[in-house]
Amino acid sequence: MKKNNLFKFICLTPVIVYAILLILLPLVYILFLSFCESDSYGGIIYHFTLSNYFTIFDITYVKIFLKSSLIALSSTFLCILISYPFSIFLRDKSEKTRNLMIKLVMVPFLTNSLIRTYGWIVLLRKTGIINSALINLNIIDHPLNLMYNNLGIVIGMTYTLLPFMILPVSSAVFKIDQSLIEAARDLGAGPISIFRKIIVPETISGVFNGSLMVFIPAIGYFFIADILGGGKAMIIGNLIKNQFLTARNWPLGSAISIFLIIVTFGLVQIYKKLGGKLDDLGGM
Amino acid sequence: MEPIVKLENVSKCFDEGKYVIKNLDLEIFEGEFLTILGSSGCGKTTILRIISGLEHVTEGKVYIGDEDVTEVSAEKREVNTIFQNFALFPHMTVFENVAFGLRMRKEKEEVIKKEVKKALDLVELDGFEERYPDQLSGGQQQRVAIARGIVMHPKVLLLDESLCSLDLKLKRMMQIELKKLQKKLGLTFIYVTHDQDEALTMSDRIVIIEKGKVQQDDTPQNIYQYPKTAFVADFIGESNLIKAEITGIKGNTIHVKTKNKITLIFDKDEKDKVGNKISIMIRPENIKISKSALQDGLKGEVKEVIYDGVITKLVVGVGNAFKLKVTAKGNVLFNVSDEVYLKIDKGSVIPIREK
Repeated sequence: MKKNNLFKFICLTPVIVYAILLILLPLVYILFLSFCESDSYGGIIYHFTLSNYFTIFDITYVKIFLKSSLIALSSTFLCILISYPFSIFLRDKSEKTRNLMIKLVMVPFLTNSLIRTYGWIVLLRKTGIINSALINLNIIDHPLNLMYNNLGIVIGMTYTLLPFMILPVSSAVFKIDQSLIEAARDLGAGPISIFRKIIVPETISGVFNGSLMVFIPAIGYFFIADILGGGKAMIIGNLIKNQFLTARNWPLGSAISIFLIIVTFGLVQIYKKLGGKLDDLGGM
Repeated sequence: MEPIVKLENVSKCFDEGKYVIKNLDLEIFEGEFLTILGSSGCGKTTILRIISGLEHVTEGKVYIGDEDVTEVSAEKREVNTIFQNFALFPHMTVFENVAFGLRMRKEKEEVIKKEVKKALDLVELDGFEERYPDQLSGGQQQRVAIARGIVMHPKVLLLDESLCSLDLKLKRMMQIELKKLQKKLGLTFIYVTHDQDEALTMSDRIVIIEKGKVQQDDTPQNIYQYPKTAFVADFIGESNLIKAEITGIKGNTIHVKTKNKITLIFDKDEKDKVGNKISIMIRPENIKISKSALQDGLKGEVKEVIYDGVITKLVVGVGNAFKLKVTAKGNVLFNVSDEVYLKIDKGSVIPIREK
């Protein structure tokens, strides 16, 4: 018994050391920094203050939070909008087709997301593929502003985070008992009623799972905002990055980080309250 | 009388060239309780799904009332189905489940309330409106499914092995209730099952399907007493099936000889000719059995005894390797290797003249 525990301890040591050194200590350091003051040259004055937390609620930052949330919400909504037709289309297909399609959704994930985000520039910029195609087809006269604005960020976020929505939504849609849909048809429900009255209520927890897994990263993925937002549009992720790298105000950056962690934690709690399981969130 | 549902030369194949149903004709009349009976995989559920519109025919026509509904989709047909697993909507209360069809029909709220209450009263589920399906027992779920169907006042109610998942006692009770409900509402029921007891208990008419074809379409009594094919004889109840050859015709009676040189006689049919091969069915309960010698009786030896309370099931060997199932009533005790005498009356010999 005791030997067994020792063996476990030896096996777990690397993980524990890793977690302490690279996750817990930095977190504690960030928490500590968030209560410090900064000088005008980027230095840190080790003097307790709550001012960083008050600064967060400055109107400039609140605006960024709101805009960031709006971008994240739009991306989440777009992901839901894409996931439903995709899943419903695959519902009647064979197991083989389903697996293939789901794999195709997952494959891009094996490539670095930074590179994939750069790929979007080729598509979205003024002289990019989409704009030149639309102009050559005489659909538009002037190129559309598809990037270097909020739209670009929403497109990038939706693209990057879509699999996190497709996985839970499709698995929920596939799980609906075919006889429920047949019973609804039998009782006179057309496709729209079936979607509204059967599919949505039966899959709402999957959608909530997906929403959480899309929304949370969508407030933080700064590189997408940097690349496709052209550095003009700021989301919480950029804000934090800028505080650390550009403005060199580490304490404020830390405070915003802690704030973000608390918000995320709150969302997870709401999710748990509504009956969600934590396993589903990590169930990638 | 015009049929309320008519299938005309209906065929259905799922995979290329593999027919589940082939050239099926079926008529169902208003107010009757029709049972489609067959072993699993015989295509009986497919017939039901073709009537409900959940499955489309490969060939043929489907009529409901006078209307050709072959191309009409399920949601627009005036028939309702009670599914094998009930298919209650788990996220809706009993009330909402029953009201679903009426809401789809865009009925007024007060009409919905009235109709749902009426339907729930009929299945004795008043007071359960706010429960969810998973808070109900199997029998109650069954009733909700029935209420959800009858609330629509369909031209025909289709029941797909609806009692199969219930335990035996509940099943017996629901069989009687279902039959009562059908008579009370004057509704047409088409019931699909593989359970022959259920079919005999409830139906006005039974259609026996095997390999997508109708084997026999008749009243329960006729199906039991005069099966038209060996399959039916074997499928419904216990039977002795014997192959025989016609050896003589005397007036109105036919004489046949079995392999074991036993002679049986029965009434003549015009097609019967000397030399024809024929199957003979004898129900075990129609064979008289006695320990004392019977006039014109066959002598045999008891091989197996299964005591079943009211009756005793016996297997009696007659001659070499010729065994008959016999049911004995009463208190006479039979033991294995007893010597017994069997008598088969003319009326108990049922010829099966298959083409």
